[in-house]
Amino acid sequence: MKERIDDFETRREHLKGLSDKELKAYFLKLSEEMIDPLLDLAYNNTSKSIERSVLLRMGFSSIDAKIIVDVLDENKLLRKGAGHCVYILSKHKKIDIFDAGQLIVNGEKIQYLLEYFNNNE
Amino acid sequence: MNKLEPNVKLDIREILKDIENYHPKRRGWIWRDASPQKIGEFTYMQASPGLKNFVPLPSARSLGNIDPQPAAVITTEIASGRFEDDIRRMRMAAYHGADHIMVIRTAGQSHFDGLLEGTPQGIGGVPVTRKQLRAQRKALDIIEEEVGRPINYHSYVSGVAGPEIAVLFTEEGVNGAHQDPQYNILYRNINAIRSIVDAAESKKIMAYAQMAQIDGAHNANATARDAWKVMPELLVQHIINSMFSEKVGILKENICLSTVPPAASPTPDLKLNLPYAVALREFFSDYKMRAQMNTKYMGSSTREATVTHVLNLLISRLTSADIQSTITPDEGRNVPWHIYNIEALDTAKQALIGMDDLLSMVKLKDEGYLRDKKREIQERSILMMEEIIEMGGYFKAVEAGMFVDSGEYPARNGDGISRDINGGVGAGTVIKRDKDYMAPVTAHYGYNNVAQYSKEFIEDPSKLIGGCTFEKPEMIKFIDELDETDNVYLRLDKSEKYRSGNLLRPEVEWLGDGTVVVDLFFSANERVAEAAALETGAKMNLIDVEVIHKEMLHPSEGTRIQIKGTFNFDIEIDKLVLPEIIKLHSEDEIIDYVKKNPIKVVAGTAGNDEHSVGIREVLDIKHGGVEKYGIKYEYLGTSVPIEKFIDAAIETKSNVIMMSTIISHDGIHYKSMKKLHNYAVEKGVRDKLILITGGTQVTPEIARKNHMDQGFGRGTKGIQIASFILDKHKEMNKK
Repeated sequence: MKERIDDFETRREHLKGLSDKELKAYFLKLSEEMIDPLLDLAYNNTSKSIERSVLLRMGFSSIDAKIIVDVLDENKLLRKGAGHCVYILSKHKKIDIFDAGQLIVNGEKIQYLLEYFNNNE
Repeated sequence: MNKLEPNVKLDIREILKDIENYHPKRRGWIWRDASPQKIGEFTYMQASPGLKNFVPLPSARSLGNIDPQPAAVITTEIASGRFEDDIRRMRMAAYHGADHIMVIRTAGQSHFDGLLEGTPQGIGGVPVTRKQLRAQRKALDIIEEEVGRPINYHSYVSGVAGPEIAVLFTEEGVNGAHQDPQYNILYRNINAIRSIVDAAESKKIMAYAQMAQIDGAHNANATARDAWKVMPELLVQHIINSMFSEKVGILKENICLSTVPPAASPTPDLKLNLPYAVALREFFSDYKMRAQMNTKYMGSSTREATVTHVLNLLISRLTSADIQSTITPDEGRNVPWHIYNIEALDTAKQALIGMDDLLSMVKLKDEGYLRDKKREIQERSILMMEEIIEMGGYFKAVEAGMFVDSGEYPARNGDGISRDINGGVGAGTVIKRDKDYMAPVTAHYGYNNVAQYSKEFIEDPSKLIGGCTFEKPEMIKFIDELDETDNVYLRLDKSEKYRSGNLLRPEVEWLGDGTVVVDLFFSANERVAEAAALETGAKMNLIDVEVIHKEMLHPSEGTRIQIKGTFNFDIEIDKLVLPEIIKLHSEDEIIDYVKKNPIKVVAGTAGNDEHSVGIREVLDIKHGGVEKYGIKYEYLGTSVPIEKFIDAAIETKSNVIMMSTIISHDGIHYKSMKKLHNYAVEKGVRDKLILITGGTQVTPEIARKNHMDQGFGRGTKGIQIASFILDKHKEMNKK
C-alpha cells in the first residue's frame, strides 16, 4: 500500500460514539463479512491435499494416496472426488476399497471412470 | 513398556518396538483442572492439582519441596532434529511442569507436497512423520502416567499438505496444532486461495478430533519492523482465523489466540503491551488465550530474555492466560537445548505461582491512559477491517500489501507483505467440485453429494464404505523406514555406547553430543576478548569452538564472552570416584540411640560468615534438623571464632561440633577446617569430638581431607547428619 500518514482522528469519527459493547459487536459483524466469502470458496472447491487426506481416511498409505491423486488429477477426475472414484470402482467391480485403489495406482480403469462420470453428468 | 520408574531411564528402543501396532490412548485437548489448592500453610487460587512425580523449583528445598502447579497449561517447544533425544527431554520437561509439548517441523516441510515417512534427521526442527508422531505420543502416554497429569502433544497443520497432516494428527492422537492460513500466505508464500480452501478442511478435521487450535498472528509482530505498531492488525489477523474456525465448527473453547506482548524493555514494556493485552481479551472473550513470550527482541543474552519473559508473565497475570507458552532463553542463539527448556518452564512456574491471585490485590484502571489506549487499538483494528471490506475483501487486501506494514494502522509505510492472488507455491491448484462430487469419509468440509448414493448416510458419509480410519484405527497404513541411510536405528547405534555402555559425555541436545559452554571474562575490549576466548577454548582441547555470546562490561576494562565447543573425550563411569552414600538410620532408631546415649552439639557459622539459613535447617526441630532426634544443641551464632567452637564444646561437655562454612572465597573454608582440627588437637580433645562441617561448597572428600570427620554439602537433611553422628559415636565408644 502507498504510504499514508496517520489519519486515525478523522477516520474514527463514526466510531467515537459507540459504547465498548457496540464496538465489539461491530468488530464481530465486520469479521463475518470478511470470512463468509472465504467459506464459500472452500465449500465449493477441493485440492490435491484435500483429496489425499480423504484417501488416507479411507485407509490408503500416504504413498498410494499420492499416486492415486496424481493419476486422477492428470485425468481431470479430482472434481468428482478421489474417494468417489475409488468408491465407484469398488462398488461396480465388487472389490474392496484397497483393491479398487490399487487399480488406479496401476493406471487401470481410468477410461471406465471417465465414461461412467460422462454418462452420469 | 507400560510404566516408568523415576530412577530408571526411558528405553527408546522399547518405545520403538511394535510401534506399527500402537494406537494412542485418546484424542482431544485436555485443560488443567483449575481449582484452589492448599499446600502446606499456603493456599493458591490460580492453581491446579499437583503431580505424582516432579522436580520442584530450587528454593522449594527450604519449603518442604512443595511444587504448586499453576492453572494454565504450560507449553514447551522441543525439536532438536532427533525425535528420539527429544523424548528424553519431554520427560524432563513433564517433571518440571510442562503439559503441552510442541514439536517444531524441520525446515522446508511446509513446502513438501504430501506426507514424509520414516525417521530422518531434521534441521531446525523434526521431520514430522507417522512413525515419529507415534513414537513420541507413545512415550508421552507413558510419561503422563508417571507424572500423573495428561500431556497435550502439538505440532503444525500448515503448508501445502495441511489436510493430510490434520488427518495424520487425528489418527496419531495429536491434541493441538497451529492452524492459520494467514501464516501460509504471508510468511510461506503459499498461494492464498489454496491456503484458504485447505484450511477449511484442516479445521473441520481438527474440530472432529477436538484439537486445540492455535493461530499464527504472533508472527506479525516478530516480522514487522516496529512490533508494537502492528497491534491493530493483530486483532484483525486473530479474528480472521478465529471466526473462520468457529464457522467451520471448532468449539470456541478450543480456539486459542497466539498472543505475544509485542514490545520489550527497554521500551516502556507494560505501557505498550498492557493496553493491547486488555483490548485483545475484551474483544475475544469467547476464545482462549495462548500467551506466548516475546522473541522479536531476543539476542544471545539468556538473562535479558528471561527478564523480558518474566514481564510477559506479569502481563499474563494482570490479564489472563489459558495456555502459558514458554520461549527458551537460548532461542536467540541456537535451537533450544535441554537446560533452557527446563529454565523456561521453571521461569513460568516460578513467576505464575509467585504472582498467584494478583488481581485480588490490584485492579486495572478503567479510565485514563489504559482505557483510552485500549479503545484506540480496538478502533484502529475496526478501521482496518472496514478498509479491507471496502477494497473487495481479504484477497484484495493481501494483494495490496495491507498486512505486516510497519505503520500503525491507518498509517501506512508501504512496506507490507504483498502476495499475488494467482502466485505463490500451489497457485492454480484448486479444483472446483462438480455437482456429483463425493468423499465417503468423516469430517470432510464443504459440498459432498452423498445423497446420490444414500440419503441415510448424509451425516455419516464414511458409512458408505463401512467406516474410515477415524472410527476404525486398524485401517491406518503404517509405513516404516524409507531411507536406509537416515533413520533412528542408525542414530541409536551410533550413540549406543552412551545409552547402554559405561560411557558418558556432556551434552546439550543429543545424547553424548559433547557440547560444553565456558563462561569467560577478559580484561580487554570486545574484539580482543573474542579472539582470546577462541584461543582459550582451543587450549582447553575443545573443538569447533564458537562464540555464542558477548557482552561489553566496559569499553576497555572488560568483556564477558561465552563460548561453546565440543569436548571430545569419553568419561568412563566405572573409573569415577563417586561420593559415598551415607547410610541412613530410621528416625526411631536414632531417637532410641540418643535417648540411651545423650549427644550434645555446639554449632555456628565460622569466622566471618553470616550465612545461617543452612545450619538452622539441619539443627532446628522445625526444619527436621538433628534436634528432632533428641540431640541437644548449643547455637553459638554467626561469625564464630574457630577457637570458640572448641572452647564451648569443652565447657558444655558436647560431643559434636557442627561448623557451617558457606564462604569459600580464597579457600577460607579449608583453612577453617584445618584450624578447627588443630585447635582441638592442641586442647587435647580431638579424639573426644566429632567434627562436622557443612556448606554449599563443602563435599565429604574435601572435609575429610582437611581433617574433619565428615562434610555435608548442598541439600543435606538433618537425618543424614544424625545418622552419621550415630555411627561415629558408636565407633568412638567401641574404641
